[in-house]
Amino acid sequence: MAKSIDVSDLDIYYGDFKAVEDVTMTIPARSVTAFIGPSGCGKSTLLRSLNRMHEVIPGARVEGKVVIGGQSLYDADVDPVEVRRQVGMVFQRPNPFPTMSIYGNVLAGNRLNSRRMKRSEADDIVERALRGANLWTEVKDRLTKPGAGLSGGQQQRLCIARAIAVEPQVLLMDEPCSALDPISTSAIEDLIHELKSEYTIVIVTHNMQQAARVSEDTAFFNLAGAGLPGRLVEMDSTKKIFSVPEDPSTEAYISGRFG
Amino acid sequence: MSAPTTAAWPTPPKKRRMGDLLFAGATRTAASIILVALAGVAIFLTVEGLPGLTAPPERMGGEATFLAYVWPLVFGTLLAAFIALLIATPLSIGVALVISHYSPRRLAKPIGYLVDLLAAVPSVVYGLWGIAFVGPALVPVYRWLEENLGFLPFFSGPASGTGRTILTAGIVLAIMALPIITAICREIFAQTPTLHQEAALALGATRFEMVRMAVIPYSKSGIVSAVMLGLGRALGETMAVALVLSATRIVTWDVIASTSPSTIAANIVLGFPEATGLGVNVLIATGLVLFVITFAVNFTARLIVARSEKGLVR
Repeated sequence: MAKSIDVSDLDIYYGDFKAVEDVTMTIPARSVTAFIGPSGCGKSTLLRSLNRMHEVIPGARVEGKVVIGGQSLYDADVDPVEVRRQVGMVFQRPNPFPTMSIYGNVLAGNRLNSRRMKRSEADDIVERALRGANLWTEVKDRLTKPGAGLSGGQQQRLCIARAIAVEPQVLLMDEPCSALDPISTSAIEDLIHELKSEYTIVIVTHNMQQAARVSEDTAFFNLAGAGLPGRLVEMDSTKKIFSVPEDPSTEAYISGRFG
Repeated sequence: MSAPTTAAWPTPPKKRRMGDLLFAGATRTAASIILVALAGVAIFLTVEGLPGLTAPPERMGGEATFLAYVWPLVFGTLLAAFIALLIATPLSIGVALVISHYSPRRLAKPIGYLVDLLAAVPSVVYGLWGIAFVGPALVPVYRWLEENLGFLPFFSGPASGTGRTILTAGIVLAIMALPIITAICREIFAQTPTLHQEAALALGATRFEMVRMAVIPYSKSGIVSAVMLGLGRALGETMAVALVLSATRIVTWDVIASTSPSTIAANIVLGFPEATGLGVNVLIATGLVLFVITFAVNFTARLIVARSEKGLVR
């Protein structure tokens, strides 16, 4: 069910401001692709355009093509709601629904499809998703407690469980560890390793060690200059990007000699 | 900071700044004035109202006890306010959602202003509108209700020929309570964290599902507060009800009949010009009852809000 993503000639705008320019890339299925680059270079913007979350912001729009598993995301007859059910997303800060229990949070996406679920079926989904997110043993005795009562790292894994409970084809992660301590971060990274056998994962990160640890491929983004749109500098296997990058600015960035 | 540095920099003597003193004094005065005013009203109502409690029957519309006199008014007050909220609450939440989440931003602002403008219309104008327009316009509706839903006690009729019924009063009150409920709900809805809204959208929620999942649960206590403020307006509203209702002090669930229960506030404003001596005390005593009801309602609402807020981590 994992699918690859083809982006071609993609420009992304906030109103009149062009934030990302002319991105063309192929993200392979069942692997982890990392987006790295300085702040404001459009990594998150590009990520959000892969499940049409970008257009939630008033005035935001895209030009170009994004194709996931043969389906073009921005065709006129494509419902963004359907796209988001196929492409899950995990945000920078953990955001479980504060009024819902752990159980309710995991099932939130499944309940949206407003299909009647048997109790046993729902229990199965919750257990499978929580096991998938390495959270089951920690919360199995308090599933009815509010999700907001968990620690930050646990909340983030709960959000991952919520995202994989609907069995998406792609999982987008927008700096999923930036609000977490090193131990929780390592738990999430382990999880990403396990999830890639089933999902196509795209992760935005500011932590270059993290990109090197978790990803198969890395895309480096940079600004063409102050006030100019961000663009894709190069994309290659993570090993190559972190050892012999082609572009000098990539090397400058990953070796910390940036700017 | 190391010890020697601390010694070298002794804490400067505490200086009372003029501006701080003035500001603190002004805010404290403002806060105490509110308490004094509230206490003043309560004391006045109690002192002036107590003699009314034991007034002779001829001062209380022929009723033997004060309780018998005030009960139909309490009933009318609560019924009118209940009808008003039944209509105003869903309407206000809907309007507030349109403004905060549905309409394009260019349209949201003007709609918001228009709703706020409703609050600026004097209540006597609403009363006239109720008599001259809403009432007559609703007469055919009341007839229809009597014919088709007459088996319900609310619509048993006979339907009023002028439309001046407690249902009309409730509708007018609903329009009057609408702006305050809408304004507060709108603010609260707009405060829903983007994070939660995006969480719902990213799971593939439609806009309505997002509202149900992220916005409404987050705003529940705020909605209750808003409705309570609207209820305050509906309970205490005087002129509109006094104009619309042809009041009799009766207790009936029939909301479309021409004889309808009056409300405390309307009864006071209609009765006060002719009242003398103990009659005035009786009216003030009913005012005390209204005061207590409003207090009780507010208190209950706060209790509900406090309970529903438990476990909601923000």
